Amino acid sequence: MPIELKMPALSPTMEEGTLAKWLVKEGDVVKSGDLLAEIETDKATMEFEAVDEGTISQLVVPAGTEGVKVGAVIALIAGEDEDAAPAKKPAEAAPDAKADAPKADAPKADAAKADAKDADKEAGSAGSPAASLETRNAEQKDEAAAKGSESAPAAPAPAAPAGEGRVKASPLARRLAEQQGLDLASVAGSGPNGRVVKADLANAKPGGAKPAEATSAPAKAEAAPAAAKPAPAASAASPIPHEVSKLSGMRKTIARRLTESKQQVPHIYLTVDIQLDALLKLRGELNSALESRGVKLSVNDLLVKALALSLLEVPACNVQFAGDTLISFTRADISVAVSIPGGLITPVVVDAGTKGIAAIATEIKDLAGRARAGKLQPSEYQGGTASLSNMGMYGIKQFEAVINPPQGMIMAIGAGEKRPYIVDGKLDVATVMSATGSFDHRAIDGADGAQLMAAFKRLVEKPLGMLA
Amino acid sequence: MADTYDLIVLGSGPGGYVAAIRAAQLGLKVAIVERERLGGICLNWGCIPTKALLRTSEIYHYMQNASAYGLSASNVAFDLEKVVERSRKVAGQLNSGVTGLMKKNKITVIEGVGKLTAKGKLTVTTGDKKTDLEAGNIIIATGARARDLPFAKADGKRIWTYRHAMVPPEMPTKLLVIGSGAIGVEFASFYNDMGAEVTIVEMMDRILPVEDAEVSDFMAKALTKQKIKILASTGVSKIETSDTGVKATIKAKDGTLSEQEFSHVIVAVGIVPNVENIGLEDVGVEPDKRYHIKTDEYGRTNVDGIYAIGDVTGPPWLAHKASHEGVIAAEKIAGYAGVHPMNKGNIPGCTYSRPQVASVGMTEAQAKEAGHELKVGKFPFIGNGKAIALGEAEGFVKTVFDAKTGELLGAHMVGAEVTELIQGYVVARQLETTETDLMQTVFAHPTLSEMMHESVLGAYGRAIHF
Repeated sequence: MPIELKMPALSPTMEEGTLAKWLVKEGDVVKSGDLLAEIETDKATMEFEAVDEGTISQLVVPAGTEGVKVGAVIALIAGEDEDAAPAKKPAEAAPDAKADAPKADAPKADAAKADAKDADKEAGSAGSPAASLETRNAEQKDEAAAKGSESAPAAPAPAAPAGEGRVKASPLARRLAEQQGLDLASVAGSGPNGRVVKADLANAKPGGAKPAEATSAPAKAEAAPAAAKPAPAASAASPIPHEVSKLSGMRKTIARRLTESKQQVPHIYLTVDIQLDALLKLRGELNSALESRGVKLSVNDLLVKALALSLLEVPACNVQFAGDTLISFTRADISVAVSIPGGLITPVVVDAGTKGIAAIATEIKDLAGRARAGKLQPSEYQGGTASLSNMGMYGIKQFEAVINPPQGMIMAIGAGEKRPYIVDGKLDVATVMSATGSFDHRAIDGADGAQLMAAFKRLVEKPLGMLA
Repeated sequence: MADTYDLIVLGSGPGGYVAAIRAAQLGLKVAIVERERLGGICLNWGCIPTKALLRTSEIYHYMQNASAYGLSASNVAFDLEKVVERSRKVAGQLNSGVTGLMKKNKITVIEGVGKLTAKGKLTVTTGDKKTDLEAGNIIIATGARARDLPFAKADGKRIWTYRHAMVPPEMPTKLLVIGSGAIGVEFASFYNDMGAEVTIVEMMDRILPVEDAEVSDFMAKALTKQKIKILASTGVSKIETSDTGVKATIKAKDGTLSEQEFSHVIVAVGIVPNVENIGLEDVGVEPDKRYHIKTDEYGRTNVDGIYAIGDVTGPPWLAHKASHEGVIAAEKIAGYAGVHPMNKGNIPGCTYSRPQVASVGMTEAQAKEAGHELKVGKFPFIGNGKAIALGEAEGFVKTVFDAKTGELLGAHMVGAEVTELIQGYVVARQLETTETDLMQTVFAHPTLSEMMHESVLGAYGRAIHF
């Protein structure tokens, strides 16, 4: 029997990926640890290593194929004593049958698992019912829980929650969903036993979204993520000179998650002005002290630290809304928004509250560098208990960021600028920045958010507190 | 006290009796009311007895062409009375079959003319006797009847409807068939094969006007080759009968009138629903403009507890459509969780002439009109081994795909046995397979069905044998 090489789940949330490039060809002999292919997930390009030995007898999925489902057979390896002649092509349906959750043969699964376990531990202590699911992190549980509760009582044939077995869908529905970028798992099927058929997809499309709407705000959503896709109709007919380009996996994920966030998470925004002079001064001093170690702190590094400490000080804001449970974290992991070609990624500084600022600086530099190179491991950009987004370098005075679900808050940092400011009761000139926290109002009350903003302001204005 | 049921079905055609059985299966107490014979038109005066007749004409045709198969047959002849007798016997057998099914499913059969008197109430008149019935739900399945031409009322002597044509008192020598739908073409084919001189007149610009244009064209050529005279875009404006035959005034495309003489006329110009005298007005059930009863996807009329199925609800006027609607209505009434509305685009249509015609879904023209970009495959019988072996190398299988999605939008076939082949494509459409699934399906060799495969391959430029 040839060994079936399946599309690995390179991250806990990965459902499909692009087989970007084969690093082997048919007839190549591979051994465990050899690099087989480059796979582009929704966030990054990853290398896929061999776990088995043998001869590549067939590359089933050609390089460049998009939307290859996790679990789909992508290549066949003949064992030592087997004929390496191309074997019979497995039926195209196979991927679905195997789409069961990210498991075993993903070489990178260990890291992801460890990460997920951590999250589980915490989720468990918070009494989350889904805590026993091993290979999924809290984020996914949240999604599944939300989906479950949505479709539970009323719908006659609820779509199976993602990752819980294959989605029943007709071949035509599968193809249409692929062409339209719809997530079949989120479509309620009206066919026998909840099978998704063509007609169901027509209903899942955002109804008659006008082009104008589509660009500014992805129109109304009925079935949450699926509907996140704005109507593509406009472009072809538009008389305005234009180009149409296909969305990358990352762009699709960004679109889906941000739409989800804005539609499902009631945001409240709290803004404070913060005097930066003390922090800038401290930074100067620290940098000259750290010069010999080759470390250079940015304002951002200090703000990451300040946010982490604020969250620990106001634990009511270090939380996550999870359907009918609330998860309160006892560690502050800060996701830092990093702009990369074609989108944005949020590497996580784990336990930023207890890390030294120099360590944070080094870590962020490394993460950002690898993020721009598309080389981050999923465990490095997933999770996080809150986010920090800084647009100061672009001269943005103040803005409100969109919460990165399932997190409870995000801090938006504006530019530090000299402003007329009241210092010690007198009008003076100070370096001031505006910071705006966006909070998930389902989980966080305005007063708690205000407390967090106050703590953050205090830490930035009296930065020595961060060193203690 | 009126007899009380969970469900009363008015009419026992293929819609009504199937609805009754399905409802009984689901545990309902069911009665069925029939004014003539169980099984309705289909079994007694439609689908089944005509198939018996067409089988006779087909065999007769083969016998006359025995030499093509290396056989010799002389003095080939038929006895019309015996031909009809066989057809009636077949109908009779099925009628008693339905009687048995009613008994098996403990369905009360009430003979007589039913009329709704109020919501949930129905009176059946049998001779002088009136029986009052009550039921939580009523399904109207009264079917339809042949449409009359005002100037050519069927008399059963010279002017026939399908019903007379099925039990001919004598063999027509020169037959005029008005209307070229499935019924018209089947009778034309039957009588032509049996030796009559047949003319078909069709108002539309082609025969079998609901079929794909290529199928119509092919049929016109095939029937013309068999010596049937086809007059499309032509009307009949007057029929005069005499003891010896009829004189028909035929209005050609350009408006010119001509008189032609025939021995008999078959009027097959469509049907009208049976909505009269069944109490619809009394209970407030609304018909549409063409007097069909309006229903939703589960057969519900505008009146609570009153359903309608089959021909009385509108096109397509086909037995299998009626049966399926019957099942859906019965399941809805019984509160069955697995009830699914029918996709009307997946109802196949068949014409049992020689050659046969079968189709499902959109014609090429309809698909284009609907805005689809198409991939069309067409595979001829001449490219199929089994067809050649059968001596039936005439016909084709055409498939219409959406170029973008690979959806099988429609399939259109003409040739031997295609009425048995079409179901493969119907299943494909119901399961929403794409061209990929069909291409990857293994078709048995040697069979006519291989053409179904080849046609799909052909749509994508991959046909093997052509």
